[in-house]
Amino acid sequence: MEKTIHLYKPERRSFIQKGVAASVSVAGFGLINQSEAWALEVKALTPAEAKTLLQLCRDIYPHDRIHDEFYAVAVKGLDAKAQKDAGFKKQLSAGLKDLDARAKKNFKRSYANVGWEIERNKLLKQIESSSFFQSIRGDLVVSLYNQEGVWPIFGYEGESASKGGYINRGFNDLKWL
Amino acid sequence: MANKFDLNDESVVVVIGSGAGGGTLATELAIKGVKVVCLEAGGRHEMEDFVNDEWASFGQLAWTDMRMTSGSWRVSRNFPNLPAWIVKAVGGSTTHWAGASIRFQEHEFKTRTVYGNVKGANLLDWPVSLKEMEPWYAKAEDRMGVTRTNGIPGLPGNNNYKILEAGAKKLGYKEVHTGRMAINSQPRDGRGACQQIGFCFQGCKSGAKWSTLYAEIPKGEKTGNLEVRTNCHVYKIEHDSKGMVTGVVYFDKEGKSQRQKARVVAVAGNSIESPRLLLLSASGKYPNGLANSSDQVGRNYMRHMTGSVYATFANPVRMWRGTTMAGIVQDESIHDPKRGFVGGYEMETLSLGIPFMAAFLDPGSWGREFTTALDAYEYMAGMWLVGEDMPQASNRVSLHGKVKDKHGLPVPNVNFDDHANDIAMRDHAYERGIAIYEAAGATRVFPTTPYPSTHNLGTCRMSAKPEDGVVNAYGRTHDIKNLFVSDGSQFTTGGAENPTLTIVALALRQADHIVGLMTKREI
Repeated sequence: MEKTIHLYKPERRSFIQKGVAASVSVAGFGLINQSEAWALEVKALTPAEAKTLLQLCRDIYPHDRIHDEFYAVAVKGLDAKAQKDAGFKKQLSAGLKDLDARAKKNFKRSYANVGWEIERNKLLKQIESSSFFQSIRGDLVVSLYNQEGVWPIFGYEGESASKGGYINRGFNDLKWL
Repeated sequence: MANKFDLNDESVVVVIGSGAGGGTLATELAIKGVKVVCLEAGGRHEMEDFVNDEWASFGQLAWTDMRMTSGSWRVSRNFPNLPAWIVKAVGGSTTHWAGASIRFQEHEFKTRTVYGNVKGANLLDWPVSLKEMEPWYAKAEDRMGVTRTNGIPGLPGNNNYKILEAGAKKLGYKEVHTGRMAINSQPRDGRGACQQIGFCFQGCKSGAKWSTLYAEIPKGEKTGNLEVRTNCHVYKIEHDSKGMVTGVVYFDKEGKSQRQKARVVAVAGNSIESPRLLLLSASGKYPNGLANSSDQVGRNYMRHMTGSVYATFANPVRMWRGTTMAGIVQDESIHDPKRGFVGGYEMETLSLGIPFMAAFLDPGSWGREFTTALDAYEYMAGMWLVGEDMPQASNRVSLHGKVKDKHGLPVPNVNFDDHANDIAMRDHAYERGIAIYEAAGATRVFPTTPYPSTHNLGTCRMSAKPEDGVVNAYGRTHDIKNLFVSDGSQFTTGGAENPTLTIVALALRQADHIVGLMTKREI
């Protein structure tokens, strides 16, 4: 059973990674993102775990203008770490299971299906000091914000030396004071 | 041409470290005709190798060897193995520094006298005065090309500076300008003018910022008297039966142990590695480590009272554009105990890129309170608060009892607790920093916790009496006459000012002193 999640942009009908068959099978997991064109392949985690983890990552660092695609890069990194480190995989799976159990107990549905962020936050508050939560947060704070693709969303311009710095590109262009 | 010296050449001065202290000392000695082997633990990354990318640059330059921390400081909780953000590379932390170059004030050389007996603080007057230091400061400023000295104009203010200036002037602050910066505002000394690149902390890619890497060491190498040996990590300083040092042993690039003989040894590994090396060099004759008869090696570790204030505004700022720290408010750097603390602090412009802002704005936090701050990043201004912290005997670099490095040597442990004076000063500085930004129209403010230390000071401090410290007024150890300390570990107290200018001035003065002693055959 291939644990591959493929997400595609329906209007283009172009599958980003592995192809139609796998993606259709993923449709069965209900993970198709309707608006973005990207794929998330997980190997250590199950697709369901990946889905929960993606939501968890969004809830730790919620940015409404950042597509799932960038959070998926972080999930993929955690999945790769879990592949190499059995102890981490165990911690990750147990933590996600525990999170779902808390969600079911409090809201009668799985974590990713709890509708309001504020309600999911109540669950995260209960586990924020756990090594499970902290290991994900500590990884995510680098793996999310260190992607050049998210920088323009914050207005951050990144590398400037090759463009001659800002000496002629607005280092002192502030006029509103 | 850069020369090479023999491992058995007993006539060389060995300088350990190539940063502000070591790089300057090694170069100045070479220019004066002294043969120098400078052993640098890191590699050599030239300015074209630097990258405008915070994490990639951190990976390239930062000292990330295992270190431990203890004490109540928040760094120990959030970054337990990264007490300091300093550099392991040729040029040391002068590759990473911001360039702020301000002199100590007169009273900061005699804090025990001026501040009196501050409970819990191990205050001591420096055995050197501002008056004695003035010519060396002047020499250092000229050498480094400090703006607003020697007729060099100030740097132009960037957007982040405009906010700081507007707010500070509304509050009535007078000493507000774009700083005394060792960053060329016009071409000088074969290096061009600042291109307002930003990324000052990631290594200056235009070379406008002074660094020993390209502004000093090549001049030393050109004399034929200086060899910089890279990827050489010194782990022991050796001595003879009379107690004089005879050389050092180090792990070379391949991890092989090598012995370099020496006439004189100068330690300049920054204030964590320098005391660690002296402690690691313990012997039958010096069971507590070299130069440690006072038991002060590693003690009185200072990191400056620091903190930051960021603020968001209704309109864009784009603080990352341009010189990172060319902006200062100096009015609070005075000693005015009516504020509820001794000593003073500076407020200086600062910015981090998105990757580091995420890591350092409020380490460990998550959720929307945190992420909405980052969402407003383009609308954000930032300042760094840097002031004098109190030396305390228990704030200490020591050898860790259990954890070993890749060579099997004990890693350093950095123990730190804020003194009540540090806390009172930080609270005051947060309040003033916030007031500045609110006066400029801030919509939200972020009093931000100290980062891992960039200013590491005091662990081999200068003292008039041997029992009070480790080195004398010239950085020569009280116990061993041909062993010197040449970095910020010498600082008796920290002052409010960014320390590099003082480190360079002390290194130039020490070079003069060492040459004098060698000429008189005293060493």
